[in-house]
Amino acid sequence: MPGYLIRRLGQAVLVVAGVIVLTFAVMRLVPGDPAVAYAGPKATAAELAEARRRFGLDDPLPVQLWNYVRDLLGGDWGTSLHTRQPVRDDLFQAFPASLELVGAALIIALVAGIPLGIAAARYKGRLPDLSVRLSSMLAVSVPVFWLALALQTVFASGLGWFPVAGEYDASLDRTSPLHLYTNITAVDALITGNWPILTSTLSHLVLPALVIAAYPAGVVAQMTRAALIEESSRDHARLERALGFGETAVLTRFALRPALNPVLSLIALVFAYSIVNGFLVEAVFNWPGLGRYAADSIRSLDTPAIAGVTLLVAVLYVVANLAVDLLQGVVDPRVRAR
Amino acid sequence: MTTPALPALRRTPLRRLAGVDRLAVAGAVLLAVVVLAALLAPWIAPYPEDGGSATHPLEALLPPSGAHWFGTDQVGRDVLSRVLFGARTSLLIAVAVLAVSGVAGVVLGVVAGYAGGWARDVIMRVTDVFLAFPALLLSLALAVVLQPSVTTVIVAIAVTWWPWYARLTASVAASVATRGFVDSARCLGVPAPLIVLRHVLPNSLTPVLVQLSLDGGGVILTAAALSYLGLGAHEPTPEWGLMVQQGQTLFTTDWWVVTFPGLAILVTAFAFNVLGEGLRARLAR
Amino acid sequence: MTLLSVRDLAVRIGDRVIASVPELDVCAGECVAIVGESGSGKTTTLLATLGLTQGADVSGRITVGDVDVLTASPARLREIRGSRAALVMQSPQAALNPTMRLGTLMRRALARHGVKGADARERAEEAVRAVLLDPEILRRHPHQVSGGQAQRFAIALALALGAQVVLADEPTSALDVTVQAEVVAVLRRLRDERGLAVLLVSHDLALVSTIADRVVVMRDGTVVESGPAAEVFARPRDPYTRELIAAVPELPEAGPALPEVGPALPEAGEDL
Repeated sequence: MPGYLIRRLGQAVLVVAGVIVLTFAVMRLVPGDPAVAYAGPKATAAELAEARRRFGLDDPLPVQLWNYVRDLLGGDWGTSLHTRQPVRDDLFQAFPASLELVGAALIIALVAGIPLGIAAARYKGRLPDLSVRLSSMLAVSVPVFWLALALQTVFASGLGWFPVAGEYDASLDRTSPLHLYTNITAVDALITGNWPILTSTLSHLVLPALVIAAYPAGVVAQMTRAALIEESSRDHARLERALGFGETAVLTRFALRPALNPVLSLIALVFAYSIVNGFLVEAVFNWPGLGRYAADSIRSLDTPAIAGVTLLVAVLYVVANLAVDLLQGVVDPRVRAR
Repeated sequence: MTTPALPALRRTPLRRLAGVDRLAVAGAVLLAVVVLAALLAPWIAPYPEDGGSATHPLEALLPPSGAHWFGTDQVGRDVLSRVLFGARTSLLIAVAVLAVSGVAGVVLGVVAGYAGGWARDVIMRVTDVFLAFPALLLSLALAVVLQPSVTTVIVAIAVTWWPWYARLTASVAASVATRGFVDSARCLGVPAPLIVLRHVLPNSLTPVLVQLSLDGGGVILTAAALSYLGLGAHEPTPEWGLMVQQGQTLFTTDWWVVTFPGLAILVTAFAFNVLGEGLRARLAR
Repeated sequence: MTLLSVRDLAVRIGDRVIASVPELDVCAGECVAIVGESGSGKTTTLLATLGLTQGADVSGRITVGDVDVLTASPARLREIRGSRAALVMQSPQAALNPTMRLGTLMRRALARHGVKGADARERAEEAVRAVLLDPEILRRHPHQVSGGQAQRFAIALALALGAQVVLADEPTSALDVTVQAEVVAVLRRLRDERGLAVLLVSHDLALVSTIADRVVVMRDGTVVESGPAAEVFARPRDPYTRELIAAVPELPEAGPALPEVGPALPEAGEDL
C-alpha cells in the first residue's frame, strides 16, 4: 500500500506540474497585449511600460514561466482584470457556491442513476432496460444551457414553482443573517440552524442542480448497469444463486458493492465535467459560482482570471481522481491489500 | 526484398461491426437524416436566403405557421431554414474535430504502443496532462485567447480531444505488437513502418472508430456550448448554440426561437450516442 | 435413501444436446462421481440438478428429496437451493464475493433460509468447526484465506444450511496436491459421519478413485459407462474409459490430472 500510495502521489504531482505549464502556454498565446488590456486603451506609453514591467512581459519566456510558478506556489494567482482583485480571493469566494451546486447535482445523479442502472440490469434486454438506456443516452445528449433555459422558463418564470435565479433570497441577509463557516451556504445554514436561508437555498438549488445532474445521472445509470451485468455473470453470483438468492437479491445485495467500484471512479471524472457544465448553468441561473465568474472573465477577456479558473478546475480533477483511487480501498478490500 | 506473406488479419475486427444491431441501425438512420438535412439544406430549406444574412424586419418573431413551420427569429428569418443550415456548421465542426484529433491521436498512439520505451512514457505523460482538463474547460481557455470563429472552435476542441485516441490506440497497438504474427514479421525482417502500416494500424482502428462515433455527440455539445458563450460562430453564421444564445431572452414570449435549435443539438448528439453505443455493444460481443 | 435422482435428463441449447443422462441416483452416505473431459456435459448435469442452467432447455425428471426440480415454482426452487442441495465450485476464491466477509455471506445465506440471530451464529461456528476451520475465519475477506480454506468454507456453508446433498464441481482442481487431499478428506468424513450425498464432478480420476462409490463416465454429452467405482476402475468396458484410466499412471494414488481439452461449457449466468 505505501508503495502504491507514493507512486500514485508522484504521478499526481507530475500531472499538476504539466497542467501549470500548459495553462501558462495557453495564456501566452494571447494575440492581444495583456498590458494594453490592463492599462486601458487610453494609456500613455509610460503607463504601458509600467504595466509590462509589472506583468514581467519583458522577460524571456522561461523566466516568465519560472516567475509564474513561483507566484502560484507563493499564493499569488495574479490580479483579475475585471474585478481588480487578486484572482485567488475571487476563486475562494466563488468556489464554495459551485461546490454546493455540483455536490447537489451529483447526489441527485447517484440517487437517480444507481436504482435505474439496477432496474436495467435486472430486466436486461426487456422494456425497462431499453427505456433506461435510451433515457440515459438522451440525458447525456441534452445541451445543458438549453435545458437550463427551458426549465427556468417553464418551472420558474411560467409556473412559478421555483425561484428564477440566484442562490437564496437576498432580503434574508437582513432578517436572518448567515454565519459563515464553510462558505457553502446550504451547509452553513444547516449547521447554524438558519432555516429561512436553508429552505430558500434548497428551493433555488432544485432547477440548476437538476440540469447539471442530467449528464452524470445518465452516465451513472449506464455504468451501474454494465458493471452489474458483468458482476452478476461471475462465479460468485452463481454461488449466491445456488444458495437460494433470486436475481434481484443477487444484484442488490451481492453484485452491487463490487459493481460500485467503477461507478465511483467515474464520479471523479464526472465531477470536473459537471463543474465546467455548471459554468453554462450558473450563467443562466445567475448562481454566484465559478461559472458566473468565468463567464464574466470571458466577456472581458480577463486572462489571469481564466487561467486561475482553468488551473483550479484541472487541479481539482487531479485531486478528485486521487481521492477516488484511495477511496476504492475502502469499498474494495482487494485494493487495500495491494 | 519481397515482403513475406503474412496472415491477412486486417479485416477481421471490422467485420465484427457488420452484423445488425438494432440500436446501431437506429442511430445510423437518425444521423443519416441529419447529414441529409445538412447536405440538402440549400434545396429543402423553405427560405434558403435566410441561412445567411438576409433580414425581414416586418416578419420578426412570427409564431410557427404553415408558412414558417418553426416560426421566425428576431430579424424575421425562417427558423426552420436556419436550423437546416445550422446542421452544416455543426457537422462540419464535428467531422473536422474528429478527423484532426483522430489522426493525431492514432499516429501518436501507434508510436507509443508499438515503440514502447521512452517514446511511450513521454507521450502517455503528455496525454495525462491534457486529460486533466475537462474538454470544455481547455477549449474554453483556448477559445478565449483565439479570435471567436468556427475555426477557433475546431482547433480548441481538437486540441483537447486527441489524447483519448492516443490512449486508446496505444493500448491496442501495444497488445497487437506482442502477438505472434507481428513477432514473426519482425523476425522475417519486415521493416517497422510496414509492420505498423499493415498490421498494427488496421487492428487498432476498430475501437477508435467506435470511440469516434461515441464522441461525435460530445463534440457537437462542446461546440454548441462554445458558440453559446460567444466564443465560436458569429452572426450571420447559422449555428445552433449561437441561435439559442441570441434568443434566450425571448424564451418566455417567443419560445420557438430557442426551442428548435436546442432540439436540433439534442437530436444530433443523441444520434451519435445511440450509434456509438450500438457499435460498442456489438464490438464487446 | 435416494436424495438426488435424475431420469432421462436432456439439456439442449438450440438443437444441440449438451448433456444427456438416462439415469443417475445419489443416496445418503454415498459419493457418485461424474468423470470426463471438459465439454463432456458433466458440469451442465450438475448445474441442472439445481435448475441453474440459464438459457438452456432442460427436459426429463430431476428430484432433490421430494421436490421435482423441473416443475417446481421459481420460489420453491430458490428455497431448496442451498438448504437441500448446495454447490461447491471449482475456483474457490472467485466463487466468493470479493467485497464480503465470509461471516457476512454465511449470515445472509442463513437468514435467507430463515435462521437468524444467536441460532445463526451457533450454526455458522459449528459448521466451520466441522470442516476443521477456526471460526475466526468468518471475519476474513476471500482474499485473506487460502484456496483450501475457501473450499472448506463452501462445504461449511452447505452444512450450516442443512443441505443433505453436496454438488461439488471440480472442487480440487484449482488446489495443490496436499490441499486437495485435505478437502477430499473433509468430504469423505462428512459423507461417512453425517450421511451426506455427494455428487462430484471431476476430470481427475486419481482423486475420484479415493472417494467415489460409484462412477459415471461422460463423453460429448452422453454417458458411456457407469457402475460401482471399483468395478469400473478394475474392468472398464468402454474403450474411452480405458483410455482415461490408462492416462493416469498410478491409480489409485494421486497422479497428474487429465489435460483439459474441448470447448468451454456454457454456464448459468451467461448469455446463451
